[in-house]
Amino acid sequence: MDHQKRSTLDLFNTDLATELRLGLPGSTNDQPEIKSNLSGNKRTSSESGSSICTDENDSTFSPPMKEQVVGWPPVRSYRKNILQEKKPTCETGSGMYVKVSMDGAPYLRKMDLKIYKSYEELIEGLQEMFKCIIGLYSEKEGYNGSQHVPTYEDKDGDWMLVGDVPWNMFISSCKRLRIMKSCEATGLGTYCV
Amino acid sequence: MDPAAAGVEFIGTGADPTRSSTLPEEFLKRTFSLISSEKDRSSVSLVCKDWYNAERLSRRHVTIRNCYSVSPEMVAARFPAIRSVTLKGKPRFSDFNLVPDGWGADVQSWLNVFATAYPFLEELRLKRMAVTDESLEFIALNFDGFKALSLLSCDGFSTLGLEAIATHCKNLTELDIQENGIDDLGGDWLSYFPENLTSLEVLNFSTLTSEVSFDDLESLVSRCKSLRVLKVNQKINLHQLQKLLVLAPQLTELGTGTFMEELVSGSVNDLENTFSKCGNMHTLSGFWDATLLHLPVIYPVCGNLTFLNLSYANIGDVELEQILSRSKQLIRLWVVDTVGDKGLEAVGSHCQLLEELRVFPVDPFDQQIGVTESGLLAVSIGCPKLHYILYFCQRMTNAAVITVAQNCPDFTHFRLCIMSPHEPDYLTNEPMDEAFGAIVKTCTNLRRLSVSGLLTDLAFEYVGKYAKNLETLSVAFAGTSDMGMEYVMRGCPKLKRVEIRDCPFGDSALLSGLTQYESMRSLWMSDCNLTMNGCKKLAEEMGRLNVEVIKDKDDDVSLASKVYVYRTVAGPRKDAPHFVVTL
Repeated sequence: MDHQKRSTLDLFNTDLATELRLGLPGSTNDQPEIKSNLSGNKRTSSESGSSICTDENDSTFSPPMKEQVVGWPPVRSYRKNILQEKKPTCETGSGMYVKVSMDGAPYLRKMDLKIYKSYEELIEGLQEMFKCIIGLYSEKEGYNGSQHVPTYEDKDGDWMLVGDVPWNMFISSCKRLRIMKSCEATGLGTYCV
Repeated sequence: MDPAAAGVEFIGTGADPTRSSTLPEEFLKRTFSLISSEKDRSSVSLVCKDWYNAERLSRRHVTIRNCYSVSPEMVAARFPAIRSVTLKGKPRFSDFNLVPDGWGADVQSWLNVFATAYPFLEELRLKRMAVTDESLEFIALNFDGFKALSLLSCDGFSTLGLEAIATHCKNLTELDIQENGIDDLGGDWLSYFPENLTSLEVLNFSTLTSEVSFDDLESLVSRCKSLRVLKVNQKINLHQLQKLLVLAPQLTELGTGTFMEELVSGSVNDLENTFSKCGNMHTLSGFWDATLLHLPVIYPVCGNLTFLNLSYANIGDVELEQILSRSKQLIRLWVVDTVGDKGLEAVGSHCQLLEELRVFPVDPFDQQIGVTESGLLAVSIGCPKLHYILYFCQRMTNAAVITVAQNCPDFTHFRLCIMSPHEPDYLTNEPMDEAFGAIVKTCTNLRRLSVSGLLTDLAFEYVGKYAKNLETLSVAFAGTSDMGMEYVMRGCPKLKRVEIRDCPFGDSALLSGLTQYESMRSLWMSDCNLTMNGCKKLAEEMGRLNVEVIKDKDDDVSLASKVYVYRTVAGPRKDAPHFVVTL
């Protein structure tokens, strides 16, 4: 496990918002290339006149991922910018940092969710960071048996148990994390999403 | 066709030569000065030469929907007495970053002519124009009686330009700045309104981001007794809103600031009380970060509301229900899809008078479901008067839209945006052709249509066959061949504006509209299958069209990836940047 200490005087590394930190395990950035517009997917110039596209499969017409299409969906820039500002997590290319609190701890931490690919890794990271034991998740019992229960605040402002929804859904809706003491968390395991 | 927009000179059939007397010009002018509708004025001007003259001499307002369709000199020559101008520039898809910077639509060339021709100009409303600070200062200094400035979706200026307006326009009644791409360099601009300016009736700075001096705003609101529209920005909090409302209970339209505030309960009561004194309020907007904690302050005015814009408030169905159950008079409602289908059920059950609904996506790129077909259905059942819908969703079904069409046959504007390109009916996996077919078949008054989802040429065959009143059509990621576009171009006689992106329509589709383009305002086609040759052919056949290709340096030289075609009497643009090629 790597711990990277960065000096505040390190002028050559400007990607991270935090300058001095104890890095989390495996915290290197590798972002997939994002195509900024559709021209990369354009039909080849050898096509002339009308082209018949079948519904099923048209290699020159593969729908690009939503994020990669310029100006789609047709929402005005002002409205899009407002949404970007509203997101409490910073989803820029350099990471997805969320606040993490633990009941009883004197201060909060910040964690980059993008470095984790699964709940197992996330729980491991949390355990490392806060020196606590969270244990294993089960659908029926939540984190029964452990002293600490990981919860998160979702987009609607509700506090949810970590682990119930698919990882991708969790990543896109998690605004912040809170590690609750299990005595406070009774009843949380029975939450229905 | 609006001759004013096209700038087409009328060649009159003249008066009957056997008649010895005609109505005196002064009489005609006075009569026509009572006609405000531009459509009516257009008709009037076509009757005969005398009427044409009387109309043009008495006209006070002109709308130019495409700034390149006519030159400012032509407008000034025809209409000498104009006091109010509405001017629109860039193609609508520039709102979605499809038009490169520096494309044009600079207002200054118009202002230069207006300064001499219309020194008494009072109102200027600009949409999608390029406006610089220098231009704003020019307006402020060259038109003594200038009263009303409205900038919507414009770009190129900063708050410095607003300073100039505030400083010099002594009779300003309206300043309406909305959704522009501007450099917000700070909130000082508002402080430039002089102490003796008391004429303001409309002030909208809701989309500016920086803080203004609250003291100066308070003083302004206090001394402008005729203020009826006030829309502040997010930086104004509830405490401050309270102070402003106390000073201006006469407001008819209010845009609040942020609702995120820890108000002590006494203050909440105060605010609710203050709202209860606003008996004229019929329009509300703003509501950033609103929650049920403080939303109740608006309850006293809900009963009178006709337009409620909650499109910046990410509220859920519970909050919406609370508001709507008190807002039975609503005619127009804008919400975010966080309200979900449940929220739309509340719309259906409370808002019987609703005529317009817009549902915006909270996150256009999120995979999460916001609203679905059942929300749309619920609204169509509960709101029989609905005629305008803008609906962003992740998924839709043909069956639902067919039912919606039957429930609401009076649609004039149907804009459905299924956010994933090529998305089929999610239940049957079929194209969405039948959905839009039903809309055009049933809604005979349909004027505006935006289609989405997986669509074959059949959808367009329906449009061409049934949408006889269609004026505006937006198409993206749809169709299977040139026939799609041909059906529309041949079938819809009243088309005015067509915008197409990412469709497999090629040169023959483009050329199929030959006879239509001169009666249309404009055609936009981007990322279709057009070639330079096809566009050249169009340009050769139609002399009074500007056929412009926006070149991308990554383009194959024979391809025309962005094409903008519009009728004009002003000839090719003289201000085209290097990447715009007029053929």
